[in-house]
Amino acid sequence: MTTTSVPRLKARRTPVKHKRAIAIFLAPFAVLFAAFYLLPIGWAIGQSLLVVERDGTFGKPVEVFGGLTQYILVFQNEAFWAAVGRVALFGVVQVPVMLGFALVLALLLDSPLVKGKKFFRLAFFVPYAVPGVIAAIMWGYLYSPNLSPFAAFTSGFDLLAPETVLWSIANVVTWVYVGYNMLIIYSALLALPSEIFEAARLDGANQLQIALSIKIPLVMPAIVLTAIFSIIGTLQLLAEPQVFRSFTSSVSSTFTPNIAVYTTSAVPNVSLAAAMSVVLAIATFIMSFVFLKFTQRKGDK
Amino acid sequence: MSQISAGAPKEKLASRTAAMIVMGISTLYFLVPIWWLFIGSTKSREQFSSTAGLWFADFNLFTNIADLFAYNDGVYLRWMLNSIVYASFGALLGTLFAAMCGYALAKYRFPGRELIFNTVLGGVLVPATALALPLFLIFSQFNATNTFWSVFLPSIVSPFGVYLARIFAAASVPDELLEAARLDGAGEVRTFFSVSRRLMTPALVTIFLFQFVAIWNNFFLPLIMLRDQTLFPVTLGLYTWNSQVNQIPEIRTFVIIGAFLSIIPLIIAFLSLQRFWRGGLGAGSVK
Repeated sequence: MTTTSVPRLKARRTPVKHKRAIAIFLAPFAVLFAAFYLLPIGWAIGQSLLVVERDGTFGKPVEVFGGLTQYILVFQNEAFWAAVGRVALFGVVQVPVMLGFALVLALLLDSPLVKGKKFFRLAFFVPYAVPGVIAAIMWGYLYSPNLSPFAAFTSGFDLLAPETVLWSIANVVTWVYVGYNMLIIYSALLALPSEIFEAARLDGANQLQIALSIKIPLVMPAIVLTAIFSIIGTLQLLAEPQVFRSFTSSVSSTFTPNIAVYTTSAVPNVSLAAAMSVVLAIATFIMSFVFLKFTQRKGDK
Repeated sequence: MSQISAGAPKEKLASRTAAMIVMGISTLYFLVPIWWLFIGSTKSREQFSSTAGLWFADFNLFTNIADLFAYNDGVYLRWMLNSIVYASFGALLGTLFAAMCGYALAKYRFPGRELIFNTVLGGVLVPATALALPLFLIFSQFNATNTFWSVFLPSIVSPFGVYLARIFAAASVPDELLEAARLDGAGEVRTFFSVSRRLMTPALVTIFLFQFVAIWNNFFLPLIMLRDQTLFPVTLGLYTWNSQVNQIPEIRTFVIIGAFLSIIPLIIAFLSLQRFWRGGLGAGSVK
Protein backbone atom coordinates (compact mmCIF):
# COMPACT_ATOMS: atom_id res chain seq x y z
CA MET A 1 0.00 0.00 0.00
CA THR A 2 2.66 2.51 1.03
CA THR A 3 4.79 1.80 -2.02
CA THR A 4 1.99 2.66 -4.45
CA SER A 5 1.21 5.99 -2.83
CA VAL A 6 4.73 7.35 -3.33
CA PRO A 7 4.68 7.71 -7.13
CA ARG A 8 1.16 9.10 -6.94
CA LEU A 9 2.33 11.92 -4.68
CA LYS A 10 5.14 12.67 -7.08
CA ALA A 11 2.71 12.83 -10.00
CA ARG A 12 0.58 15.36 -8.13
CA ARG A 13 3.47 17.72 -7.72
CA THR A 14 4.28 18.01 -11.41
CA PRO A 15 2.02 20.58 -13.14
CA VAL A 16 -0.49 19.28 -15.66
CA LYS A 17 0.64 19.88 -19.23
CA HIS A 18 -1.65 20.45 -22.22
CA LYS A 19 -4.66 21.42 -20.13
CA ARG A 20 -6.51 22.95 -23.05
CA ALA A 21 -6.05 19.89 -25.29
CA ILE A 22 -7.20 17.56 -22.52
CA ALA A 23 -10.31 19.67 -22.03
CA ILE A 24 -11.07 19.62 -25.76
CA PHE A 25 -10.66 15.84 -25.89
CA LEU A 26 -12.77 15.13 -22.84
CA ALA A 27 -15.53 17.72 -23.16
CA PRO A 28 -17.82 16.22 -25.86
CA PHE A 29 -17.99 12.79 -24.30
CA ALA A 30 -18.16 14.17 -20.77
CA VAL A 31 -21.11 16.45 -21.59
CA LEU A 32 -23.07 13.69 -23.31
CA PHE A 33 -22.20 11.13 -20.63
CA ALA A 34 -23.38 13.54 -17.94
CA ALA A 35 -26.59 14.40 -19.81
CA PHE A 36 -27.61 10.92 -20.97
CA TYR A 37 -26.06 8.62 -18.35
CA LEU A 38 -25.50 10.39 -15.05
CA LEU A 39 -28.52 12.70 -15.19
CA PRO A 40 -30.99 9.88 -16.00
CA ILE A 41 -29.57 7.78 -13.17
CA GLY A 42 -30.01 10.70 -10.78
CA TRP A 43 -33.44 11.43 -12.24
CA ALA A 44 -34.56 7.84 -11.81
CA ILE A 45 -33.47 7.89 -8.18
CA GLY A 46 -35.25 11.22 -7.62
CA GLN A 47 -38.44 10.06 -9.34
CA SER A 48 -38.41 6.82 -7.36
CA LEU A 49 -38.62 8.80 -4.11
CA LEU A 50 -41.92 10.46 -5.11
CA VAL A 51 -45.47 9.33 -4.46
CA VAL A 52 -48.72 10.64 -5.96
CA GLU A 53 -51.18 12.18 -3.54
CA ARG A 54 -54.69 13.52 -4.23
CA ASP A 55 -56.87 15.98 -2.38
CA GLY A 56 -59.88 13.73 -1.84
CA THR A 57 -61.00 11.11 -4.34
CA PHE A 58 -61.34 13.43 -7.32
CA GLY A 59 -58.64 15.94 -6.39
CA LYS A 60 -55.74 16.93 -8.60
CA PRO A 61 -52.88 14.41 -8.28
CA VAL A 62 -49.70 15.93 -6.84
CA GLU A 63 -46.28 14.32 -6.63
CA VAL A 64 -44.80 14.61 -3.15
CA PHE A 65 -41.72 13.19 -1.48
CA GLY A 66 -42.48 9.72 -0.22
CA GLY A 67 -39.12 8.45 0.96
CA LEU A 68 -38.60 4.79 0.27
CA THR A 69 -42.31 4.05 -0.22
CA GLN A 70 -41.84 2.96 -3.84
CA TYR A 71 -38.97 0.67 -2.91
CA ILE A 72 -41.12 -1.01 -0.29
CA LEU A 73 -43.75 -1.48 -3.01
CA VAL A 74 -41.11 -2.94 -5.34
CA PHE A 75 -39.99 -5.39 -2.70
CA GLN A 76 -43.61 -6.37 -2.07
CA ASN A 77 -44.33 -6.71 -5.79
CA GLU A 78 -44.53 -10.45 -6.38
CA ALA A 79 -44.81 -10.17 -10.15
CA PHE A 80 -41.54 -8.19 -10.28
CA TRP A 81 -39.67 -10.76 -8.19
CA ALA A 82 -41.15 -13.60 -10.20
CA ALA A 83 -39.70 -11.83 -13.26
CA VAL A 84 -36.31 -11.47 -11.55
CA GLY A 85 -36.39 -15.16 -10.63
CA ARG A 86 -37.28 -16.03 -14.22
CA VAL A 87 -34.34 -14.15 -15.76
CA ALA A 88 -32.03 -15.49 -13.02
CA LEU A 89 -33.02 -19.04 -13.96
CA PHE A 90 -32.62 -18.10 -17.60
CA GLY A 91 -29.12 -16.72 -16.94
CA VAL A 92 -27.95 -19.67 -14.84
CA VAL A 93 -28.78 -22.03 -17.68
CA GLN A 94 -28.42 -19.98 -20.86
CA VAL A 95 -25.16 -18.10 -20.15
CA PRO A 96 -23.04 -21.21 -19.39
CA VAL A 97 -24.59 -23.13 -22.32
CA MET A 98 -23.97 -20.27 -24.73
CA LEU A 99 -20.41 -19.59 -23.54
CA GLY A 100 -19.59 -23.31 -23.45
CA PHE A 101 -20.81 -23.62 -27.03
CA ALA A 102 -18.84 -20.51 -28.03
CA LEU A 103 -15.70 -21.84 -26.31
CA VAL A 104 -15.94 -25.24 -28.02
CA LEU A 105 -16.35 -23.59 -31.43
CA ALA A 106 -13.47 -21.18 -30.76
CA LEU A 107 -11.16 -24.01 -29.66
CA LEU A 108 -12.11 -26.08 -32.72
CA LEU A 109 -11.47 -23.10 -34.99
CA ASP A 110 -8.10 -22.63 -33.32
CA SER A 111 -7.14 -26.31 -33.56
CA PRO A 112 -5.52 -27.91 -36.62
CA LEU A 113 -8.46 -30.34 -36.84
CA VAL A 114 -10.74 -28.04 -38.83
CA LYS A 115 -10.53 -27.04 -42.49
CA GLY A 116 -12.36 -24.06 -44.00
CA LYS A 117 -11.94 -21.84 -40.93
CA LYS A 118 -12.74 -18.64 -42.75
CA PHE A 119 -16.14 -19.93 -43.84
CA PHE A 120 -17.11 -21.26 -40.41
CA ARG A 121 -15.99 -18.09 -38.67
CA LEU A 122 -18.29 -16.01 -40.86
CA ALA A 123 -21.18 -18.49 -40.86
CA PHE A 124 -21.27 -18.55 -37.06
CA PHE A 125 -21.02 -14.79 -36.80
CA VAL A 126 -23.83 -13.92 -39.24
CA PRO A 127 -26.64 -14.19 -36.62
CA TYR A 128 -25.01 -11.35 -34.66
CA ALA A 129 -26.00 -9.06 -37.54
CA VAL A 130 -29.65 -9.95 -36.92
CA PRO A 131 -31.31 -7.60 -34.37
CA GLY A 132 -32.96 -9.30 -31.39
CA VAL A 133 -36.41 -8.18 -32.57
CA ILE A 134 -35.92 -9.67 -36.04
CA ALA A 135 -34.39 -12.88 -34.65
CA ALA A 136 -37.37 -13.27 -32.32
CA ILE A 137 -39.86 -12.72 -35.18
CA MET A 138 -38.01 -15.30 -37.28
CA TRP A 139 -37.81 -17.93 -34.54
CA GLY A 140 -41.41 -17.19 -33.57
CA TYR A 141 -42.42 -18.51 -37.00
CA LEU A 142 -39.98 -21.42 -36.79
CA TYR A 143 -41.58 -22.43 -33.47
CA SER A 144 -45.13 -21.99 -34.73
CA PRO A 145 -47.15 -25.22 -34.75
CA ASN A 146 -48.51 -24.74 -38.30
CA LEU A 147 -46.25 -22.31 -40.20
CA SER A 148 -42.90 -23.78 -39.13
CA PRO A 149 -40.86 -25.79 -41.64
CA PHE A 150 -40.41 -28.18 -38.71
CA ALA A 151 -44.18 -28.36 -38.11
CA ALA A 152 -43.92 -32.14 -37.84
CA PHE A 153 -42.11 -31.50 -34.56
CA THR A 154 -43.59 -28.19 -33.40
CA SER A 155 -47.20 -29.29 -33.88
CA GLY A 156 -46.66 -32.17 -31.47
CA PHE A 157 -44.40 -30.38 -29.00
CA ASP A 158 -45.55 -26.88 -28.12
CA LEU A 159 -42.48 -24.64 -27.92
CA LEU A 160 -44.61 -21.62 -27.02
CA ALA A 161 -46.35 -23.14 -23.97
CA PRO A 162 -45.93 -21.49 -20.54
CA GLU A 163 -43.42 -24.15 -19.43
CA THR A 164 -41.30 -24.10 -22.59
CA VAL A 165 -41.39 -20.52 -23.85
CA LEU A 166 -38.55 -19.33 -21.58
CA TRP A 167 -36.21 -21.90 -23.13
CA SER A 168 -37.46 -21.12 -26.62
CA ILE A 169 -36.44 -17.52 -25.94
CA ALA A 170 -33.11 -18.76 -24.53
CA ASN A 171 -32.48 -20.47 -27.86
CA VAL A 172 -33.09 -17.20 -29.75
CA VAL A 173 -30.60 -15.34 -27.55
CA THR A 174 -28.08 -18.17 -27.85
CA TRP A 175 -28.46 -18.25 -31.62
CA VAL A 176 -27.72 -14.52 -31.89
CA TYR A 177 -24.77 -14.30 -29.52
CA VAL A 178 -22.78 -17.56 -29.78
CA GLY A 179 -20.84 -16.37 -32.82
CA TYR A 180 -20.02 -13.02 -31.25
CA ASN A 181 -18.72 -14.61 -28.06
CA MET A 182 -16.87 -17.21 -30.09
CA LEU A 183 -15.04 -14.49 -32.00
CA ILE A 184 -13.99 -12.70 -28.80
CA ILE A 185 -12.58 -15.94 -27.38
CA TYR A 186 -11.08 -16.89 -30.74
CA SER A 187 -9.27 -13.54 -31.06
CA ALA A 188 -7.81 -14.10 -27.60
CA LEU A 189 -6.66 -17.57 -28.67
CA LEU A 190 -5.02 -16.15 -31.81
CA ALA A 191 -3.13 -13.65 -29.67
CA LEU A 192 -1.42 -16.43 -27.68
CA PRO A 193 2.20 -17.06 -28.76
CA SER A 194 2.46 -20.47 -30.41
CA GLU A 195 5.75 -21.34 -28.65
CA ILE A 196 3.69 -22.08 -25.54
CA PHE A 197 2.12 -25.07 -27.25
CA GLU A 198 5.34 -26.37 -28.83
CA ALA A 199 6.72 -27.68 -25.55
CA ALA A 200 3.42 -29.38 -24.70
CA ARG A 201 3.24 -30.93 -28.15
CA LEU A 202 6.81 -32.22 -27.86
CA ASP A 203 5.85 -33.76 -24.53
CA GLY A 204 3.16 -35.67 -26.41
CA ALA A 205 0.07 -33.75 -25.27
CA ASN A 206 -2.88 -34.04 -27.64
CA GLN A 207 -5.15 -31.21 -28.80
CA LEU A 208 -7.72 -31.84 -26.08
CA GLN A 209 -5.09 -31.73 -23.34
CA ILE A 210 -3.54 -28.57 -24.77
CA ALA A 211 -6.99 -26.97 -24.94
CA LEU A 212 -7.98 -27.91 -21.40
CA SER A 213 -4.75 -27.24 -19.54
CA ILE A 214 -3.13 -24.43 -21.54
CA LYS A 215 -5.52 -22.59 -23.83
CA ILE A 216 -8.60 -22.27 -21.60
CA PRO A 217 -6.73 -20.88 -18.56
CA LEU A 218 -4.91 -18.37 -20.80
CA VAL A 219 -8.07 -17.02 -22.43
CA MET A 220 -9.96 -16.81 -19.13
CA PRO A 221 -9.96 -12.96 -19.21
CA ALA A 222 -11.83 -13.07 -22.53
CA ILE A 223 -14.32 -15.60 -21.18
CA VAL A 224 -14.89 -13.45 -18.08
CA LEU A 225 -15.55 -10.43 -20.29
CA THR A 226 -18.10 -12.31 -22.39
CA ALA A 227 -19.71 -13.66 -19.21
CA ILE A 228 -20.15 -10.18 -17.75
CA PHE A 229 -21.76 -8.86 -20.92
CA SER A 230 -24.01 -11.90 -21.03
CA ILE A 231 -25.13 -11.38 -17.43
CA ILE A 232 -25.93 -7.73 -18.16
CA GLY A 233 -27.80 -8.78 -21.28
CA THR A 234 -29.82 -11.41 -19.44
CA LEU A 235 -31.07 -9.04 -16.74
CA GLN A 236 -32.00 -6.58 -19.50
CA LEU A 237 -33.96 -9.14 -21.50
CA LEU A 238 -36.74 -7.28 -23.25
CA ALA A 239 -36.98 -7.35 -27.05
CA GLU A 240 -37.22 -11.11 -27.59
CA PRO A 241 -39.92 -11.84 -24.99
CA GLN A 242 -41.79 -8.65 -25.97
CA VAL A 243 -41.94 -9.89 -29.59
CA PHE A 244 -43.05 -13.32 -28.40
CA ARG A 245 -46.06 -11.73 -26.78
CA SER A 246 -47.64 -11.51 -30.25
CA PHE A 247 -47.01 -15.22 -30.88
CA THR A 248 -48.24 -16.62 -27.57
CA SER A 249 -50.12 -15.64 -24.46
CA SER A 250 -47.53 -17.53 -22.38
CA VAL A 251 -45.43 -14.37 -22.11
CA SER A 252 -47.10 -12.16 -19.51
CA SER A 253 -46.91 -8.37 -19.18
CA THR A 254 -44.41 -8.89 -16.33
CA PHE A 255 -42.41 -11.71 -17.90
CA THR A 256 -39.00 -10.07 -17.42
CA PRO A 257 -38.06 -7.17 -15.11
CA ASN A 258 -37.75 -4.79 -18.07
CA ILE A 259 -41.14 -5.72 -19.47
CA ALA A 260 -42.50 -5.11 -15.96
CA VAL A 261 -40.87 -1.66 -15.96
CA TYR A 262 -42.39 -0.89 -19.36
CA THR A 263 -45.84 -2.12 -18.35
CA THR A 264 -45.74 -0.24 -15.04
CA SER A 265 -44.63 3.02 -16.68
CA ALA A 266 -47.47 2.71 -19.21
CA VAL A 267 -50.08 2.44 -16.41
CA PRO A 268 -48.81 5.20 -15.78
CA ASN A 269 -47.04 4.65 -12.51
CA VAL A 270 -43.68 6.22 -13.34
CA SER A 271 -42.40 6.42 -9.77
CA LEU A 272 -42.83 2.70 -9.18
CA ALA A 273 -41.34 1.98 -12.62
CA ALA A 274 -38.39 4.25 -11.79
CA ALA A 275 -37.84 2.40 -8.51
CA MET A 276 -37.88 -0.89 -10.41
CA SER A 277 -35.31 0.49 -12.89
CA VAL A 278 -33.05 1.56 -10.04
CA VAL A 279 -33.32 -1.82 -8.29
CA LEU A 280 -32.60 -3.56 -11.59
CA ALA A 281 -29.61 -1.35 -12.41
CA ILE A 282 -28.12 -1.83 -8.94
CA ALA A 283 -28.66 -5.59 -9.15
CA THR A 284 -26.97 -5.70 -12.56
CA PHE A 285 -24.09 -3.58 -11.36
CA ILE A 286 -23.53 -5.67 -8.23
CA MET A 287 -23.76 -8.97 -10.08
CA SER A 288 -21.25 -8.00 -12.76
CA PHE A 289 -18.95 -6.47 -10.17
CA VAL A 290 -19.08 -9.48 -7.85
CA PHE A 291 -18.53 -11.81 -10.77
CA LEU A 292 -15.54 -9.76 -11.91
CA LYS A 293 -13.98 -9.68 -8.44
CA PHE A 294 -14.75 -13.34 -7.82
CA THR A 295 -13.09 -14.51 -11.01
CA GLN A 296 -10.11 -12.20 -10.51
CA ARG A 297 -9.55 -13.58 -7.02
CA LYS A 298 -9.74 -17.09 -8.38
CA GLY A 299 -7.30 -16.24 -11.15
CA ASP A 300 -4.74 -14.87 -8.71
CA LYS A 301 -4.50 -18.07 -6.70
CA MET B 1 -3.65 -40.45 -19.83
CA SER B 2 -0.31 -41.06 -21.52
CA GLN B 3 -1.62 -43.60 -24.00
CA ILE B 4 -4.17 -41.07 -25.33
CA SER B 5 -1.35 -38.80 -26.33
CA ALA B 6 0.22 -41.37 -28.66
CA GLY B 7 -1.47 -39.53 -31.56
CA ALA B 8 -1.96 -42.52 -33.84
CA PRO B 9 -3.08 -41.52 -37.34
CA LYS B 10 -6.37 -43.39 -36.92
CA GLU B 11 -7.17 -41.41 -33.82
CA LYS B 12 -6.35 -38.20 -35.63
CA LEU B 13 -8.78 -39.07 -38.38
CA ALA B 14 -11.46 -39.82 -35.80
CA SER B 15 -11.04 -36.51 -33.98
CA ARG B 16 -10.86 -34.63 -37.28
CA THR B 17 -14.14 -36.20 -38.40
CA ALA B 18 -15.77 -35.47 -35.04
CA ALA B 19 -14.60 -31.85 -35.23
CA MET B 20 -15.99 -31.40 -38.75
CA ILE B 21 -19.34 -32.94 -37.72
CA VAL B 22 -19.64 -30.43 -34.86
CA MET B 23 -18.80 -27.59 -37.26
CA GLY B 24 -21.28 -28.86 -39.86
CA ILE B 25 -24.18 -29.17 -37.43
CA SER B 26 -23.40 -25.76 -35.98
CA THR B 27 -23.40 -24.24 -39.47
CA LEU B 28 -26.88 -25.66 -40.06
CA TYR B 29 -28.07 -24.30 -36.73
CA PHE B 30 -26.83 -20.80 -37.52
CA LEU B 31 -27.75 -20.57 -41.18
CA VAL B 32 -30.99 -22.55 -41.64
CA PRO B 33 -33.17 -19.87 -39.96
CA ILE B 34 -31.76 -17.22 -42.31
CA TRP B 35 -32.21 -19.54 -45.28
CA TRP B 36 -35.82 -20.05 -44.20
CA LEU B 37 -36.31 -16.27 -44.00
CA PHE B 38 -34.92 -15.87 -47.51
CA ILE B 39 -37.14 -18.65 -48.90
CA GLY B 40 -40.14 -17.16 -47.10
CA SER B 41 -39.41 -13.80 -48.73
CA THR B 42 -39.67 -15.32 -52.20
CA LYS B 43 -43.15 -16.74 -51.68
CA SER B 44 -46.62 -15.38 -52.15
CA ARG B 45 -48.91 -15.23 -49.12
CA GLU B 46 -50.80 -18.41 -50.08
CA GLN B 47 -47.66 -20.41 -50.77
CA PHE B 48 -45.95 -19.23 -47.58
CA SER B 49 -48.31 -21.35 -45.53
CA SER B 50 -49.02 -24.12 -48.05
CA THR B 51 -45.58 -25.11 -49.39
CA ALA B 52 -42.48 -26.61 -47.73
CA GLY B 53 -40.72 -23.91 -45.72
CA LEU B 54 -37.14 -24.68 -46.68
CA TRP B 55 -37.46 -24.78 -50.46
CA PHE B 56 -38.61 -22.45 -53.25
CA ALA B 57 -42.11 -22.30 -54.66
CA ASP B 58 -42.98 -19.67 -57.29
CA PHE B 59 -40.30 -17.00 -57.16
CA ASN B 60 -42.12 -13.89 -55.98
CA LEU B 61 -39.27 -12.01 -54.32
CA PHE B 62 -39.41 -8.92 -56.50
CA THR B 63 -43.21 -8.63 -56.44
CA ASN B 64 -43.04 -8.93 -52.66
CA ILE B 65 -40.38 -6.22 -52.47
CA ALA B 66 -42.43 -3.92 -54.71
CA ASP B 67 -45.56 -4.52 -52.59
CA LEU B 68 -43.61 -3.92 -49.39
CA PHE B 69 -42.19 -0.63 -50.64
CA ALA B 70 -45.63 0.51 -51.79
CA TYR B 71 -47.52 -0.49 -48.64
CA ASN B 72 -48.75 2.36 -46.45
CA ASP B 73 -47.08 5.07 -48.58
CA GLY B 74 -43.70 3.36 -48.42
CA VAL B 75 -43.39 3.55 -44.66
CA TYR B 76 -40.94 0.61 -44.69
CA LEU B 77 -38.39 2.57 -46.73
CA ARG B 78 -38.82 5.42 -44.29
CA TRP B 79 -38.02 3.06 -41.39
CA MET B 80 -34.92 1.73 -43.12
CA LEU B 81 -33.76 5.28 -43.83
CA ASN B 82 -34.38 6.21 -40.17
CA SER B 83 -32.38 3.23 -38.94
CA ILE B 84 -29.52 4.09 -41.28
CA VAL B 85 -29.48 7.72 -40.12
CA TYR B 86 -29.74 6.87 -36.39
CA ALA B 87 -27.07 4.18 -36.63
CA SER B 88 -24.52 5.71 -38.99
CA PHE B 89 -24.47 9.27 -37.67
CA GLY B 90 -24.85 8.12 -34.07
CA ALA B 91 -21.99 5.66 -34.41
CA LEU B 92 -19.83 8.17 -36.26
CA LEU B 93 -20.15 10.89 -33.62
CA GLY B 94 -20.03 8.33 -30.82
CA THR B 95 -16.79 6.85 -32.13
CA LEU B 96 -15.19 10.25 -32.52
CA PHE B 97 -16.08 11.36 -28.98
CA ALA B 98 -15.15 8.00 -27.43
CA ALA B 99 -11.83 8.03 -29.28
CA MET B 100 -10.96 11.54 -28.11
CA CYS B 101 -11.87 10.74 -24.52
CA GLY B 102 -10.10 7.36 -24.46
CA TYR B 103 -7.04 8.91 -26.09
CA ALA B 104 -6.84 11.67 -23.47
CA LEU B 105 -7.19 9.10 -20.70
CA ALA B 106 -4.40 7.00 -22.18
CA LYS B 107 -1.90 9.64 -23.22
CA TYR B 108 -2.09 12.46 -20.67
CA ARG B 109 -1.58 12.58 -16.92
CA PHE B 110 -3.96 14.82 -15.03
CA PRO B 111 -5.73 14.75 -11.69
CA GLY B 112 -9.07 12.95 -11.77
CA ARG B 113 -8.01 10.75 -14.66
CA GLU B 114 -8.64 7.49 -12.84
CA LEU B 115 -11.89 8.84 -11.38
CA ILE B 116 -13.18 9.67 -14.87
CA PHE B 117 -12.08 6.30 -16.23
CA ASN B 118 -13.70 4.40 -13.38
CA THR B 119 -16.94 6.36 -13.77
CA VAL B 120 -16.99 5.51 -17.46
CA LEU B 121 -16.23 1.86 -16.67
CA GLY B 122 -19.14 1.90 -14.24
CA GLY B 123 -21.21 3.22 -17.16
CA VAL B 124 -20.32 0.09 -19.15
CA LEU B 125 -21.99 -1.97 -16.43
CA VAL B 126 -25.17 0.13 -16.29
CA PRO B 127 -27.77 -1.53 -18.49
CA ALA B 128 -28.88 0.78 -21.30
CA THR B 129 -32.48 -0.26 -20.78
CA ALA B 130 -32.38 1.03 -17.19
CA LEU B 131 -31.77 4.47 -18.72
CA ALA B 132 -34.65 4.36 -21.21
CA LEU B 133 -37.42 5.22 -18.76
CA PRO B 134 -35.60 8.08 -16.97
CA LEU B 135 -34.54 9.43 -20.37
CA PHE B 136 -38.18 9.47 -21.36
CA LEU B 137 -39.06 11.38 -18.19
CA ILE B 138 -36.29 13.92 -18.81
CA PHE B 139 -37.20 14.44 -22.46
CA SER B 140 -40.86 14.84 -21.54
CA GLN B 141 -39.86 17.75 -19.26
CA PHE B 142 -38.74 19.54 -22.41
CA ASN B 143 -41.65 18.26 -24.52
CA ALA B 144 -39.00 16.54 -26.61
CA THR B 145 -40.24 12.95 -26.61
CA ASN B 146 -41.42 11.57 -29.91
CA THR B 147 -38.67 13.46 -31.76
CA PHE B 148 -35.66 12.40 -33.79
CA TRP B 149 -33.30 13.79 -31.14
CA SER B 150 -34.86 11.85 -28.27
CA VAL B 151 -33.56 8.63 -29.85
CA PHE B 152 -30.48 10.00 -31.58
CA LEU B 153 -28.73 11.92 -28.79
CA PRO B 154 -28.71 9.21 -26.08
CA SER B 155 -27.41 6.71 -28.66
CA ILE B 156 -24.18 8.66 -29.18
CA VAL B 157 -22.77 7.83 -25.75
CA SER B 158 -20.59 4.71 -25.73
CA PRO B 159 -18.71 4.04 -22.47
CA PHE B 160 -17.43 0.76 -23.86
CA GLY B 161 -16.02 2.70 -26.81
CA VAL B 162 -14.02 4.88 -24.40
CA TYR B 163 -12.71 1.77 -22.69
CA LEU B 164 -11.63 0.20 -26.00
CA ALA B 165 -10.15 3.48 -27.25
CA ARG B 166 -8.09 3.90 -24.10
CA ILE B 167 -6.66 0.39 -24.31
CA PHE B 168 -5.93 0.79 -27.98
CA ALA B 169 -4.40 4.26 -27.70
CA ALA B 170 -2.12 3.07 -24.90
CA ALA B 171 -0.98 0.11 -27.01
CA SER B 172 -0.72 1.61 -30.48
CA VAL B 173 0.30 5.28 -30.11
CA PRO B 174 3.90 5.52 -28.90
CA ASP B 175 4.79 8.44 -26.59
CA GLU B 176 7.98 9.07 -28.59
CA LEU B 177 5.90 9.83 -31.66
CA LEU B 178 3.86 12.41 -29.74
CA GLU B 179 7.09 13.94 -28.41
CA ALA B 180 8.43 14.16 -31.93
CA ALA B 181 5.24 15.86 -33.10
CA ARG B 182 5.55 18.34 -30.22
CA LEU B 183 9.15 19.13 -31.19
CA ASP B 184 7.91 19.80 -34.71
CA GLY B 185 5.55 22.35 -33.20
CA ALA B 186 2.29 20.53 -33.96
CA GLY B 187 -0.57 21.21 -31.57
CA GLU B 188 -1.98 18.40 -29.45
CA VAL B 189 -5.37 18.37 -31.14
CA ARG B 190 -3.85 18.45 -34.60
CA THR B 191 -1.52 15.59 -33.70
CA PHE B 192 -4.52 13.54 -32.62
CA PHE B 193 -6.39 14.08 -35.87
CA SER B 194 -3.41 13.70 -38.19
CA VAL B 195 -1.21 11.07 -36.52
CA SER B 196 -2.85 9.25 -33.61
CA ARG B 197 -6.20 8.79 -35.32
CA ARG B 198 -4.50 6.87 -38.10
CA LEU B 199 -2.68 4.57 -35.69
CA MET B 200 -5.94 3.87 -33.89
CA THR B 201 -7.89 3.04 -37.06
CA PRO B 202 -8.54 -0.67 -36.33
CA ALA B 203 -9.93 0.24 -32.91
CA LEU B 204 -12.02 3.04 -34.35
CA VAL B 205 -13.58 0.78 -36.98
CA THR B 206 -14.36 -1.73 -34.23
CA ILE B 207 -15.97 0.89 -32.00
CA PHE B 208 -17.92 2.27 -34.94
CA LEU B 209 -19.24 -1.12 -36.00
CA PHE B 210 -20.27 -2.25 -32.56
CA GLN B 211 -21.97 1.00 -31.81
CA PHE B 212 -23.66 0.88 -35.19
CA VAL B 213 -25.00 -2.56 -34.31
CA ALA B 214 -26.05 -1.42 -30.83
CA ILE B 215 -28.04 1.51 -32.27
CA TRP B 216 -29.45 -0.54 -35.15
CA ASN B 217 -30.64 -3.19 -32.67
CA ASN B 218 -31.89 -0.73 -30.06
CA PHE B 219 -35.49 -1.38 -29.24
CA PHE B 220 -36.46 -0.20 -25.75
CA LEU B 221 -35.53 3.45 -26.20
CA PRO B 222 -37.48 3.97 -29.45
CA LEU B 223 -40.33 1.85 -28.06
CA ILE B 224 -40.66 4.14 -25.07
CA MET B 225 -39.88 7.45 -26.83
CA LEU B 226 -41.66 7.32 -30.18
CA ARG B 227 -45.34 7.44 -31.11
CA ASP B 228 -45.03 8.88 -34.62
CA GLN B 229 -44.39 5.93 -36.91
CA THR B 230 -42.53 8.03 -39.47
CA LEU B 231 -39.73 8.31 -36.85
CA PHE B 232 -39.53 4.56 -36.14
CA PRO B 233 -36.37 2.59 -36.76
CA VAL B 234 -36.96 -0.58 -38.75
CA THR B 235 -36.85 -2.86 -35.66
CA LEU B 236 -39.70 -1.00 -33.98
CA GLY B 237 -41.63 -0.79 -37.25
CA LEU B 238 -41.44 -4.53 -37.88
CA TYR B 239 -42.34 -5.17 -34.25
CA THR B 240 -45.54 -3.15 -34.57
CA TRP B 241 -46.42 -4.87 -37.85
CA ASN B 242 -45.78 -8.27 -36.32
CA SER B 243 -48.09 -7.50 -33.43
CA GLN B 244 -50.85 -6.60 -35.93
CA VAL B 245 -50.60 -9.83 -37.94
CA ASN B 246 -53.62 -11.34 -36.21
CA GLN B 247 -55.85 -8.40 -37.20
CA ILE B 248 -54.36 -7.79 -40.67
CA PRO B 249 -53.20 -11.19 -42.01
CA GLU B 250 -51.84 -9.84 -45.33
CA ILE B 251 -49.20 -7.95 -43.37
CA ARG B 252 -47.37 -11.21 -42.60
CA THR B 253 -45.69 -11.24 -46.03
CA PHE B 254 -44.38 -7.73 -45.33
CA VAL B 255 -43.02 -8.78 -41.93
CA ILE B 256 -41.08 -11.67 -43.51
CA ILE B 257 -39.70 -9.78 -46.50
CA GLY B 258 -39.08 -6.68 -44.37
CA ALA B 259 -37.15 -8.71 -41.79
CA PHE B 260 -35.06 -10.29 -44.54
CA LEU B 261 -34.20 -6.96 -46.22
CA SER B 262 -33.41 -5.30 -42.89
CA ILE B 263 -30.58 -7.69 -42.01
CA ILE B 264 -28.79 -7.34 -45.35
CA PRO B 265 -27.10 -3.94 -44.67
CA LEU B 266 -25.53 -5.18 -41.44
CA ILE B 267 -24.30 -8.42 -42.96
CA ILE B 268 -22.71 -6.47 -45.81
CA ALA B 269 -21.13 -4.00 -43.36
CA PHE B 270 -19.62 -6.80 -41.30
CA LEU B 271 -18.35 -8.76 -44.27
CA SER B 272 -16.78 -5.78 -46.00
CA LEU B 273 -15.12 -4.38 -42.88
CA GLN B 274 -14.03 -7.64 -41.31
CA ARG B 275 -10.31 -7.13 -41.76
CA PHE B 276 -10.62 -4.09 -39.49
CA TRP B 277 -12.90 -5.29 -36.73
CA ARG B 278 -11.39 -8.74 -36.35
CA GLY B 279 -8.16 -7.17 -35.15
CA GLY B 280 -9.95 -4.89 -32.75
CA LEU B 281 -12.36 -7.40 -31.30
CA GLY B 282 -9.87 -9.11 -29.01
CA ALA B 283 -8.52 -5.82 -27.73
CA GLY B 284 -11.11 -5.51 -24.99
CA SER B 285 -10.17 -8.81 -23.46
CA VAL B 286 -6.39 -8.70 -23.70
CA LYS B 287 -5.14 -6.42 -20.99
